[in-house]
Amino acid sequence: MTVESPAPAEAFAPSILRAEDVTKEFGGLVAVNQVSIDIPLGSIVSIIGPNGAGKTTFFNMLTGLYKSTSGRIVFSGRDITHDRPDVITKLGVARTFQNIRLFGAMTALENVIVGRHCRMRAGLFGSIVGAPWVRNEERAVQERAAETLSYVGLRPRQFGQLSSNLSYGDQRRVEIARALASDPKLLLLDEPTAGMNPQESAALTEFMRKLRDDLELTILLIEHDMKVVMGVSERITVLDHGEKIAEGPPAEVRENERVIEAYLGKRG
Amino acid sequence: MNELRAQLQEWRAAIERRLPSWWPRALAVALIAFGLILPQLFSVTSNFVNTEILSLTYVMFALGLNIVVGFAGLLDLGYVAFFALGSYAFGWLGSGWFYKAHVHILVHAPASTIPGIHLNFVLILICAGIFTALAGAVIGVPTLRLRGDYIAIVTLAFGEIIRVFALQGPSLKIFGMPLTGGELGISGTDAPYLPGVGMFSQLNIRPWYYTIFALVLITLFVNLRVRDSRLGRAWIALREDEVAAVSMGIPLVRTKLFAYSLGAAFGGIAGAFLAAYTTLIDAGEFQFGFSIFVLSMVILGGLGSIWGVVLGALLLANINYYLIPDVFNSLPGDLGLNFNLTDLQVSIFGFLLVIVMVLRPQGLVPERRRKLELTRGLGETELEEPGTSWAGVEPGEVVQ
Repeated sequence: MTVESPAPAEAFAPSILRAEDVTKEFGGLVAVNQVSIDIPLGSIVSIIGPNGAGKTTFFNMLTGLYKSTSGRIVFSGRDITHDRPDVITKLGVARTFQNIRLFGAMTALENVIVGRHCRMRAGLFGSIVGAPWVRNEERAVQERAAETLSYVGLRPRQFGQLSSNLSYGDQRRVEIARALASDPKLLLLDEPTAGMNPQESAALTEFMRKLRDDLELTILLIEHDMKVVMGVSERITVLDHGEKIAEGPPAEVRENERVIEAYLGKRG
Repeated sequence: MNELRAQLQEWRAAIERRLPSWWPRALAVALIAFGLILPQLFSVTSNFVNTEILSLTYVMFALGLNIVVGFAGLLDLGYVAFFALGSYAFGWLGSGWFYKAHVHILVHAPASTIPGIHLNFVLILICAGIFTALAGAVIGVPTLRLRGDYIAIVTLAFGEIIRVFALQGPSLKIFGMPLTGGELGISGTDAPYLPGVGMFSQLNIRPWYYTIFALVLITLFVNLRVRDSRLGRAWIALREDEVAAVSMGIPLVRTKLFAYSLGAAFGGIAGAFLAAYTTLIDAGEFQFGFSIFVLSMVILGGLGSIWGVVLGALLLANINYYLIPDVFNSLPGDLGLNFNLTDLQVSIFGFLLVIVMVLRPQGLVPERRRKLELTRGLGETELEEPGTSWAGVEPGEVVQ
């Protein structure tokens, strides 16, 4: 079920990701029901909705972790509906997770280097022989990873620490750095401000804009913090019970009857 | 207890700080020199050198298994399969077993005059490596969708399948010739011949020693290089969190199969060497116990730790093949007891393992990562100040 919304100016920008009537069923449960979304290049788009609305499931389909039951997902003009997660990452989609999923036994720097995996070429034999180009690649990737970590605001002395030993906020930073390491065109952030205080959330909001401008990224985020959502997004899609109930610019969505109903319950 | 540990850790850190930066290299050179000189101190048929040949073969097995279990975190209980396949690769390619064939490649008399397939020893080792690497990938495929204990069960079954195949080999005919010798084994294998060394024999076991020593060095080199490579990191990432790893662009199937294949290749080469050394390829050898023996070496030494695994394999193999049967075997008799120590071999073994696991669960020489994980909160309790603000860095000077 789709809801018509007046086309705002950005809608005419070329879209980087388009999902058409995407559905996911787990057994008899329909987690996501025919959701369509169109993300314009260079925009910041949010998906909101009550708990259990199917937001993360939708994310998992976009990144290939789940295969959609029906529907089509197109990224940069290529149908990625049936592609593997690593292929999708290589095409330019990177993500973070709702509950941080860093490689705990690796240092912050190593985590970011792993994020670069799909842009590296070193194979088994090159590594064993220690070919000069492999060493150069390794050195370049390490330097780049360090730069990315500074970019997200980690201190150099934390680079060598095990990621599981970092504070919660810093783990979030490392996770974003790891996603950025793959040179994504589209960044998916799953509740990036979860567990942050208002100041931190505000800083992250600012950072998302900066990211978009510096790296020419498109950002799609799932978020619960309405202040962040309203402040940063150019478009908002609202899911409830797996269905899209509203879509449009923040001001419009805020006034939408069905959205208010979904969040607060039906007015007497 | 905790205070004591903290104290020990402090001392160790103090010692490490004082050692010059080149000490690991110096240590490596010293160990290699020691390994090279060792057989010269004993007679050419010394039982001790014989034990060391077996021990070094086990080091190679353990290093191979460590790639699968330690690096990639795939619990493989069927490693004996690769020992068996490597051994058979040697039996098929270096004996008169396929008596109807006449293939001779770079071999010396008498092998060049006997019917059968006779390849040069080095070629056989390479073939065994390739053959078992392929077999490793084959066993890997059904486990790709599984995790943890389930992988263990599938690999265990695979090991048993290979063993049963080996046992039933005499009734499996290819071109009218039996596939294996079953429990009678394939005998009459070619003695390796290397120019400059001559024919290997049991009358002088030093060439065998140096061959396996060289093989172990190659294995070590490959292990060290791969561990710190793009592939090595991908294995650790998969071991830590499969979902996150594939989302970061690591291809699951290829990366896991590489681990199985590389681990299997070392097992196969070591198996081929062992078959050449013992000159008998007997289906009765390929017991499940072998997989457990090698796995114990890996766990005792420290999962994922290359040097730990080397130490674990040397220790267990020496206890099993030298200390118990040769050195202390008559000890109970001397004390007036009516049994030999070898009767208790397995119990002694189990007892030692339990002791080590209780006192040092991370293994003798834990891997750096695991060590950091286990010591968290002991040495490094200082509170870290959080990072700088998100947008605190000027974009122009970084990333781009």
